[in-house]
Amino acid sequence: MSERAKGMNLTLKVWRQNGPQDKGRMVTYRVEDVSPDMSFLEMLDVLNERLILEGDDPIAFDHDCREGICGMCGMVINGVAHGEQVATTTCQLHMRHFEDNAVITIEPWRAAPFPVVKDLVVDRSAFDRIIQAGGFISVPAGSAPDAHSVPVKKVDADAAFDAATCIGCGACVAACPNGSASLFTAAKITHLSLLPQGQPERASRAKAMVEQMDAEGFGGCTNTGECTAVCPKGIPLDTIAQMNRDYLKASK
Amino acid sequence: MNELYTEGEPIRDAKAPEGPIEDRWEKRKFGAKLVNPANKRKLHVIVVGTGLAGGSAAATLGELGYNVTSFCYQDSPRRAHSIAAQGGINAAKNYRGDGDSIYRLFYDTVKGGDFRARESNVYRLAQVSVNIIDQAVAQGVPFAREYGGLLDTRSFGGAQVSRTFYARGQTGQQLLLGAYQALERQIAAGTVKMNTRHEMLELIVSDGRARGVIVRDMVTGEIERHTADAVVLATGGYGNVFFLSTNAKGCNTTAIWRAHRRGAMFANPCYTQIHPTCIPVSGDYQSKLTLMSESLRNDGRVWVPVKAGDTRPASEIPEEERDYYLERIYPAFGNLVPRDIASRAAKNVCDEGRGVGPGGLGVYLDFADAISRLGRDAVEKKYGNLFEMYERITGEDPYTQPMRIYPAVHYTMGGLWVDYDLQSTIPGLFVIGEANFSDHGANRLGASALMQGLADGYFVLPTTIGDYLANGPYGEVDEEAVAEAEIAVRNKIEKLLSVNGTRTADSYHRELGRIMWDYCGMERTEESLRKALERIPELREEFWRNVKVSGQAEELNQALERAGRVADFFDLAELMCIDALHRTESCGGHFRAESQDADGEALRDDENFAYVAAWEYGEQGPILHKEALDYEYVKMSQRSYK
Amino acid sequence: MAVTGAVLVLFLVGHMVGNLKAFLGADSFNEYASFLRTMGEPLLTYRVALTLVEVVLGVCIVLHMWSAISLARRAGKARPVKYAARRKSQANGYAVHTMRYGGVVILLFVIYHLLDLTFGTVNPAGWDGTPYERLVAGFAPERWWVTLFYVVAVIMVGLHLRHGLWSAFQTLGLASGRSYRPLKLTAAAISAVLVLGFLTVPVAVMIGVIK
Ligand SMILES: Cc1cc2nc3c(=O)[nH]c(=O)nc-3n(C[C@H](O)[C@H](O)[C@H](O)COP(=O)(O)OP(=O)(O)OC[C@H]3O[C@@H](n4cnc5c(N)ncnc54)[C@H](O)[C@@H]3O)c2cc1C
Ligand code: HEM
Ligand code: HEM
Ligand code: SF4
Ligand code: F3S
Ligand code: FES
Repeated sequence: MSERAKGMNLTLKVWRQNGPQDKGRMVTYRVEDVSPDMSFLEMLDVLNERLILEGDDPIAFDHDCREGICGMCGMVINGVAHGEQVATTTCQLHMRHFEDNAVITIEPWRAAPFPVVKDLVVDRSAFDRIIQAGGFISVPAGSAPDAHSVPVKKVDADAAFDAATCIGCGACVAACPNGSASLFTAAKITHLSLLPQGQPERASRAKAMVEQMDAEGFGGCTNTGECTAVCPKGIPLDTIAQMNRDYLKASK
Repeated sequence: MNELYTEGEPIRDAKAPEGPIEDRWEKRKFGAKLVNPANKRKLHVIVVGTGLAGGSAAATLGELGYNVTSFCYQDSPRRAHSIAAQGGINAAKNYRGDGDSIYRLFYDTVKGGDFRARESNVYRLAQVSVNIIDQAVAQGVPFAREYGGLLDTRSFGGAQVSRTFYARGQTGQQLLLGAYQALERQIAAGTVKMNTRHEMLELIVSDGRARGVIVRDMVTGEIERHTADAVVLATGGYGNVFFLSTNAKGCNTTAIWRAHRRGAMFANPCYTQIHPTCIPVSGDYQSKLTLMSESLRNDGRVWVPVKAGDTRPASEIPEEERDYYLERIYPAFGNLVPRDIASRAAKNVCDEGRGVGPGGLGVYLDFADAISRLGRDAVEKKYGNLFEMYERITGEDPYTQPMRIYPAVHYTMGGLWVDYDLQSTIPGLFVIGEANFSDHGANRLGASALMQGLADGYFVLPTTIGDYLANGPYGEVDEEAVAEAEIAVRNKIEKLLSVNGTRTADSYHRELGRIMWDYCGMERTEESLRKALERIPELREEFWRNVKVSGQAEELNQALERAGRVADFFDLAELMCIDALHRTESCGGHFRAESQDADGEALRDDENFAYVAAWEYGEQGPILHKEALDYEYVKMSQRSYK
Repeated sequence: MAVTGAVLVLFLVGHMVGNLKAFLGADSFNEYASFLRTMGEPLLTYRVALTLVEVVLGVCIVLHMWSAISLARRAGKARPVKYAARRKSQANGYAVHTMRYGGVVILLFVIYHLLDLTFGTVNPAGWDGTPYERLVAGFAPERWWVTLFYVVAVIMVGLHLRHGLWSAFQTLGLASGRSYRPLKLTAAAISAVLVLGFLTVPVAVMIGVIK
């Protein structure tokens, strides 16, 4: 509440890069009187309004829903994708988790398949192309049988749901020491593999998606588990085992 | 009043087929001309928006073989605002055998909409709802299931039957991912060309028909022309005119407002839905409001202190000094009264100075009773993730102190006017999803927006647009019309960049939002609306004189994007207030304080207002066209929740 | 990676058991060494079987290294720009982060080890001694640094396997959420047994239990 909210003073070191060709650099900003109730993005909004009035370019960053579901936001805060609070997107991170007078480093997702567009904005279209390779069930509108014609075991439906909650934010890639997109890709493969509807295309899907992931230039997975630790939706590592299983089967 | 608008010809025909209501859609489908499959590839359709409506439409048109170009302002079609919907999606499957039917869903929707929706449209919506669930399940949408392996449903928003399908608290996400995946499949197949980070800024109207759009590539700033045989707008709602709402930050009115400026009528702009259970505002910097699922009201009790100005913490306020006002005023429904009633009651107690939390804008939603009755574990099982979300945002623990909630703008029932075919008053311009004035009348039932978006996109539009296209071809696009639209866009951008004033676009947006919330929000009066209609033009004038937009046009420039949207919100806000002022009755999401019964309940005026108010843009002010609403099947009656 | 790693693990287990024969005395150990060479006789001639094993091992090591190197190179390419802030590991277990340089240490060790005990090049007992003599000479107390090097290397091997064993199951898709705990525990146990098993011999030599 506003009474208890004593303003905080912070030093931000922010990655600024004018465009894909620019080399980019870290720039330091002071922000004062930050309310602990602000979200991290609101803190940046306030700084940006100041920058605009000073005639500067505001810091570009991606965001939309601001409630942790669209997957659009994302920055590496003090070396951790989405910041240190577990299972939280950047937009859901609040300033009360920072100390007064803290120095906060803010960087974009770093991965070759996610080129920087500007400042903290990166191009994640590689994820869309991985889905295009096979992350779907082919069923044209109007051709579906009655929804109750295929029962699905509750445990399978629940496990499929757990995998399906991936918001496609890309934090897994940002955190992985190998820059691997395995967790994202595995989440979709697992979601569809666990459902009866996903069986006909199961093998071809796994193969095509993994190959697309490699073609995009993501690194390989060496099972370091950093991805799942920063994943705002806690997508579990066993999805990667599932992906490997499906992929090996398909490659036989 | 009359100085604000003029009245034009009524709309006589919304093109719904005649005959028994249950046969009308069949009849329309049969009557629709078909496009020769070989020709479909040559027919080009633009779909703006990739939410449930636009995503499903583009995918389906692609499957049918049309040549589709799709746009969204996000970096991926998967991020459209539909992703945030939590509660669920209605469908008249009657899997429970609890007496649901297409007719009952139709009936509930017409009644819930306070008799301001078209019967034919609503009936079709209820019919098609059944196919949506089939389609989603076949796509792999992981709806909640029972142990027997069949789909689970729940009753939602006070419905007496259990017809809401859900996927935990992420129904919108799962449905949208289903549509998104279908869309990506078509992109891979080459039938749909996707343009992400592209914002539509103008509609191209050539020879009286919608033939394309002008978009800005938000990365390079390039202004692009795209022409086609038909244009579909699926750009969502305009709740962000209030600045603070539960909508995603980027939601805007630009696409539909531009179309309105070019001749598409805007229907019922003043119908706004306010959701009672949102997390209250905590400071001036607040950028958006977060919705908490309505289901919380099943077990939480709403109260405020009896005394005004009581600043004691909740735990120190004894039982007898608490006012459980919903239970007191509405003993039959108690905490479960519909959204608009709960919202207004909260506003009233806060206006009396009894609100809690910062600025006195909040009421308690208390789980202490539920915790002692059911045990903490049971409460955690049911609401654990919501409690967590609340704690994350407020830093307060709802297990030990009551939650604070406050109403917030959530959904807009108004939108571009469309006929039964979802075609606007500009031929060739189709509008689907929340962007049209839709099938919800003056108030939308919970879990019905997802249903409508998908019904439009998967099933209705693909049929009706075929009829329009089959009647073509419509000739070459007039180059001059294209150039003119492009110049309009360039001029506006240049203007915004050249003002170089002293205030940010956001600060204007915040002020506009405040005006709208205070004067055209939960409760509207002639006086408040007139005040708004004074303030809005003043503020708009200042905006165009004093806004500051830094950076260039030819780059990713988020300051410019925002300023452009705010500019359109100003114009829309004005129309909303005029619409609200002219409709002197209360209905659904529109509450005019002058029109209430002795108990303070909304009082409809069916005699004078049983019509859709479709506004045409006019240089001398808006022109009102009335589309009369007839009720053949559901008898008009007053709502009562006492 | 997983397959070659698994072969190497199998070898290590056998190798450890063999090494432990040192406790049974010189004859037993030498017998074991010569058994290695006469394995498969009379079907195969002297050393053929062993050579085969050696070849397989060699190929595995090469393939294993090759995949390790290409994974590292892919990783490098996937992240051309490094983070400015020190990346904090959010996942537990530092065994995970020693895989690469741990692997290099192991490689260096194996080279030394082959020169030492197989070819005897760097061994005081030289090529002429029996394997047992080489062993005893190699870990003689005054050459404590050799033993130390072995200890460090073997611990590296232990760490490498603690993650590697579980990781291999994951890579081959044999793991599942439910089996993570048991698998990780098993990996830790096997690694511990190997480390202890390997270390007893040099340490025993050094402190004079085996001479
Ligand atoms: C928090 C919340 C919870 C909700 N829960 C429910 C629920 O439980 N059940 C229910 O039925 N309904 C719910 N609703 C309502 C429902 O989510 C929306 O009405 C519905 O999703 C709207 O879908 P749409 O496809 O029409 O538009 P949107 O999903 O808003 O999509 C709009 C699309 O248009 C694009 N766009 C917009 N403007 C432009 C432009 N100028 N240029 C280019 N592209 C543009 C965007 O990029 C986006 O792709 C909820 C709403 C909110 C805010
Ligand atoms: C030559 C030196 C070596 C190097 C450079 C090396 C390097 C690596 C690296 C980088 C990994 C990580 C890849 C991953 O986790 O998948 C790895 C995994 C592994 N290593 Fe090694 N290693 C070496 C020797 C060995 C030896 C001698 C063994 C066994 C005795 C071994 C067994 C394993 C196993 C089982 C894995 C896990 C494989 C997997 O997950 O797919 N390695 N190694
Ligand atoms: C620390 C305890 C160890 C001891 C006492 C030991 C002992 C020996 C001896 C005596 C030989 C020679 C066998 C012969 O030529 O007959 C040998 C060979 C070998 N050792 Fe070890 N070793 C140890 C650890 C290791 C470790 C940890 C590795 C691998 C990571 C390893 C890999 C090898 C290899 C590859 C050979 C060659 C095998 C062959 O030529 O067929 N050793 N070891
Ligand atoms: S797996 Fe997790 S971290 Fe990766 S994209 Fe999905 S939600 Fe984000
Ligand atoms: S962090 Fe990277 S190494 Fe694999 S387990 Fe996750 S993708
Ligand atoms: S802005 Fe949508 S997840 Fe953060």
